This record gives sequence, C-alpha cells and structure tokens, in this order.
Amino acid sequence: MTMEEEFVDRILASYKGERNELVPILQEVQENLGYLPEKVMIDIARFLGVPGSHVYSVASFYAQFRTLPLGRTRIAVCRGTACHIRGAPLILHEIEDAIHLKEGETSGDLEYTLETVACIGCCALGPCIKVNRDVAGDMTPEKAKELFKGNGSGNGENRGE
Amino acid sequence: MANNRCSVLVCQGTGCVSGGSEHIYNALKDELESSGHDEDISVKRTGCHGFCQQGPMIVVEPRGVFYTKVKMDDVPDIIKSVLPGGKSLDRLFYRDPVSEKAVMHYHDIPFYVKQERTILKYCGYIDPEEINDYTEIGGYAALRKAITGMTPEGVIAEVKNSGIRGLGGAGFLTGRKWESCRNAPGDVKYVVCNADEGDPGAFQDRSVMEGNPHSVIEGMIIAAYAIGADKGFIYVRAEYPLAVNRLKIAIEQTRQEGLLGDNILDSDFSFDMEIFQGAGAFVCGESTALVRSIEGKRGMPKAMPRPRTTEEGLWNKPTLLNNVKTFANIPLIITNGAGWFARRGTEKSKGTAVFSLTGKVVNCGLIEVPMGATLRKIIYDIGGGIPGGKSLKAVQTGGPSGGCLPAEMIDIPVDFDSLAEAGSIMGSGGLVVMDEGTCMVDVARYFLDFNRRESCGQCIPCRLGTRQMFEILDDITKGKGRPGDIDLLDRLSKSIKRSSICGLGKTAPNPVLTTLRYFRDEYDAHIRDMRCPARVCSMK
Repeated sequence: MTMEEEFVDRILASYKGERNELVPILQEVQENLGYLPEKVMIDIARFLGVPGSHVYSVASFYAQFRTLPLGRTRIAVCRGTACHIRGAPLILHEIEDAIHLKEGETSGDLEYTLETVACIGCCALGPCIKVNRDVAGDMTPEKAKELFKGNGSGNGENRGE
Repeated sequence: MANNRCSVLVCQGTGCVSGGSEHIYNALKDELESSGHDEDISVKRTGCHGFCQQGPMIVVEPRGVFYTKVKMDDVPDIIKSVLPGGKSLDRLFYRDPVSEKAVMHYHDIPFYVKQERTILKYCGYIDPEEINDYTEIGGYAALRKAITGMTPEGVIAEVKNSGIRGLGGAGFLTGRKWESCRNAPGDVKYVVCNADEGDPGAFQDRSVMEGNPHSVIEGMIIAAYAIGADKGFIYVRAEYPLAVNRLKIAIEQTRQEGLLGDNILDSDFSFDMEIFQGAGAFVCGESTALVRSIEGKRGMPKAMPRPRTTEEGLWNKPTLLNNVKTFANIPLIITNGAGWFARRGTEKSKGTAVFSLTGKVVNCGLIEVPMGATLRKIIYDIGGGIPGGKSLKAVQTGGPSGGCLPAEMIDIPVDFDSLAEAGSIMGSGGLVVMDEGTCMVDVARYFLDFNRRESCGQCIPCRLGTRQMFEILDDITKGKGRPGDIDLLDRLSKSIKRSSICGLGKTAPNPVLTTLRYFRDEYDAHIRDMRCPARVCSMK
C-alpha cells in the first residue's frame, strides 16, 4: 500500500459509506492531497458502491475539484462584478505575464497555479486576489507586478485542465 | 461585558482579516493582559461592520469611537487611548470624503446614519463565537417564546402576517411556503438554509453568517418547529471558510445549551442540523439543484413541471428552503410581532433589504435599508456618490440574473416588484454602481461569460445559447461586430428565456436585454462606428 492509499483509507474510515457523503469525501481528500487522483476516485467509488463514472461526473461538475496536482502557491484572481469593473482583467494579465502562466494552468515545476474564482466576497476591496489563504485587496497592475516580480515559473511544461 | 469599563471591538470579517485585523486583535489582547489591564478593558472580536473599505476597523465602546484603517503600528497608541486619562486618536478617525472632516463616532457617520439596520444591527457588536453575547441581546428568546408559548400554526400565522418575502431573490411569500411545507404529507421533513451565495458582487449572506451566526440558526430552529422537521442543513459555499468556521462553533454551542438536539427546552420537539459545504457551482442556488448536491449528485436542476421542493425535496421528502437573511429575520418577527416587521417597507415588499453596495461608489460596503428606498438614497446618501468627479451611468442589481438600470431611473423604489417592472430583479442583494468609465457592452459580455461557465449543461438553450450570446458579445467588444448582431442577440435571448428548464437559464439573458433596452447606443457605437465610448474595449 502506498502512503497515499493509506491516507485515503484513513479518511474513508471516518465515513459510513453512504452516497450522500460523496461531496464531503472528495472535499476532505482534496484538502489533504491537493487534488483527486484517478486511482483515489476509483477507491472512493468502490467504498460508496457507485460506478467510478459517477464519482468522476460529480468531481468534474463542481469548480472546487481538481484532477491534476496544484502548485504550491495558488493564486486566485477574483472575477466578481465589482472586481471586474474596477479592472480585474488587467490584474489577471499582469500576473499571467509575471509568472508565465495562463488562467487555469499550473507550472511544470508545481510552483504556481493560476486560477480565477467567481467571487471571493470582498467586493468592497476590489479588485482582489487570493494567494493560498490570504486575500489581498485594492490591487493595481503595479502592485500585482511587484508581488510576483522575478517569480516566473521554472522548467517543465505548463499544464491545465 | 457589563463589568468592563470599556470594550475594544475588533472587526474580524473577511475584509478586515485580509487587512490584518486578526493580528491586531491578538496584539491588543496580549498587550492588555501582560499589562494587567484586561480586567477593566476587554478586547472582543466581532463580525463585519459592513464598511469593509475602511477596514481594519475598531470600535471602542461605550462611546462608540470609530477607528478606520488600523495597522499593527497603531496598537500601542490604541492601548494608551483606552487607559485612564487616554485621548482618542484623531488620526484614525473616519474622514468624510467630501468635507475631509474627521468624524469621531460610529453613529455620526453618514454611511450608518442613513441606514436602518435590523438584521445587521448586531453584526459588529457581538462576538460571533460567543453564544452568551447573542443571548445578552435577546437571542434565543424568540425560540423560547415559540416553543413554550406558541403552536406551530401560530408561528406560521405570525410569519404570514408579517408579509416577509424570501430574501434569496425570488421573493416568494415565506409564510405561505412554510404553510405548504407543514401541510405536505410525510413524517420526515427537512429545513435547509440556502447560503450558496454565488452571485459575483454579493457578500451580505457571508457577513450575516460571520457576524451573527446564531440569528440564522435560531431562525432555522423556529422554522423546523413550525413545519415539523427534525433535521436541517446549512448549505454554505466552501469559498467562505470563515463563515463555515463560525457556524460550526455556533452550532456546537447551541447544542451544548440544549437548544439543538433532543427535547429542545424540555419539549417533545427535537431538531439538529449540520453544515454542508457547496463545492462551487452557481446553479446550486436553485432549489432542486441544491437538493441534488446535498444528496451527493451533480447539482443539476429538475425540469418543470415538477413538484415544489416543499413537497418533494431532499430524498423526496418535504423540504423548506430559505435564504440566510430570511432566517435571520424570523427571531425578530417572533419577538417583536408581525406588525413590527410590516411597519417597514412598501405595500407588497415588507421589511428591510440588505445590499452589498460596490463598484464605482465612494462608500462601498454592506447596507440595510427599508424596502422601497430609492436607488438615489442608496447611492448618494449612503454611498456618498461617485468618486473622482465622474457621473453615474448605471446600477446593476440581481447579479448575473439581473439587469442594468440607467442613471435616469435612480428614483425608482427598490423593492421586488418595481425592479422586476424595470427589467431587473432584486436578486440576493448585489448592487454594483457603474460610472461613465464602464462599458455596458463589456458588462453584458462579462455576465454572459459568467452564465456560460456556470450553465450546468443539461438543457440545450442554456448550454449552447449562452455560449452563442457570449461569442457574439465577445466579437462586438473586439471590433468584430456585424450588422444584425443586435437582432440576433434579441432573438436568442427570447428563446433562451422561453425554453430553458430552470431559473438560471430563464434569467441568463437579462443582462443583455436590459443593456439593449437602456444602452442601445453603446452597442451601435461598437458595431457601426467601431468605437467603445467608455474606452474599455480594445477595438482591434
């Protein structure tokens, strides 16, 4: 048994195996592994007694779930309405240029993941971005540039879902 | 709280936390403890004050001295100021953006003076992680009153008489919904709080959950008593970790107090609830999609005609689904009576409306006004007008299902019916102000981009129609518009509205329809003259 499998088994042991536990299980697994590997989704399907396709259909439906590993630094640019009209698209472009990633991509060296989110809920501070768990508000293209200066991703091919 | 000479309230809403208020709270607490002043001066964490733009915020009670944009470096001076003989810190006062005059007290700031805060009243005053703070202000008295002195029918009658309408956006009469759920046959029933606040530009549900979570929980327990449910869920976005955490703490405390669980207040009524974290899908705000999501399925709405969720909801059992703010109003209605609630508002929209006021407006934040207040009052009196000497162009309400109203219409009252008549909707309460630097075609494109991404893909009009509309709008904003595009958008809008199976699809074209109705000239300028009047689109 790999460490990953052991880990997932431990998580599953705290559930009853009912179908309605699927979303919470996926959330807990992703919280710990960072993403949902195919093998793990099959294990979860077996645990709940549902086809693997069902687990994948749910995992692919919700924006929260990832089937590829994420970068160590997760940057989420808010594309809420308030942020949009205050220039969020410019912030996104600035960050894309600074770290050489497009929206939705993870750098080959797994340093960065760049994504957009529907709304962080900090509309009064827009435009805002989230770096891992921290929200940074009142962004300007200059601030964004400063924040990620010289932090272009390293070697390896960028990947996106 | 009563024993302390003064309390320092530190806002711990998501906005202020992003400005470092958690560290400020800890530093203040440590400092006062180590200097032995924690006996007569208490430091409290509170939920959102609503004036997020001025954060991190601190209020010193009992005098209500209001400090804005506080930094870690200010901590020593704040300590000095609250010690005997200390003076208030002028430099941290709020400054009126027009007169630049410093305002010392919370209750003198126009942003607050012009509001009527009822469900937001205690957000920012009580510690959301302390159930005693809530009971001190009369919390759980309504639950006691309902269970010990009222029949379930009596509770429903009170809610009906108040005239409250669902504050999630659709505005269905809450009392009638409760009644039909109570009357639906079945032994097992559920209460669900819809906290899947997915509208971009709206954060009022988040603030209520972060600032006064017990008010929502109390409302849900009363609802469960009224309809005869023994299990409840709060469906909250996973993007709101702070709200999730505060709710978890609040539920646990409520259980320990015997207000959740078996035989609540020694009656034969039992009810418990849990939190379900939504995994990021706008469409899950729709009742049948939300239900499927809790059941562990893809969150896709059921097609009409279908039974109402009040008859067939979670696991096909009768399920009562209300928004966060609707539940937060319930304890107030039960405590103060239906008549008290119905005094505010208009003939058909009672009570207050909570809005997230954002965009190109001087004072951004969370506001609460009686239903029927005009947009002018909201934008100019409370919001302080448009910054940078620019002029108002439009107001967007209702998020991606709503519309953009032009500046000429700012004297219309904000209530369910007036907004619908103008082509927009109340929605869950996002209110985004746009100035002359906002391109309305770009805004329409923005919302269609959102709706196309969030379409669940189940029905063709929504899945392909919103995509087609987005592509046409995208072309127009890139200078590739064609004659006939406007007619095509109009035709597509109408067929998507007519043939989509759920509310998301049926309202998805609204941002385009209202901008076409009120800002047709901007579309013409893009298509015919290859020009973006607001200079937002690069017309290559």
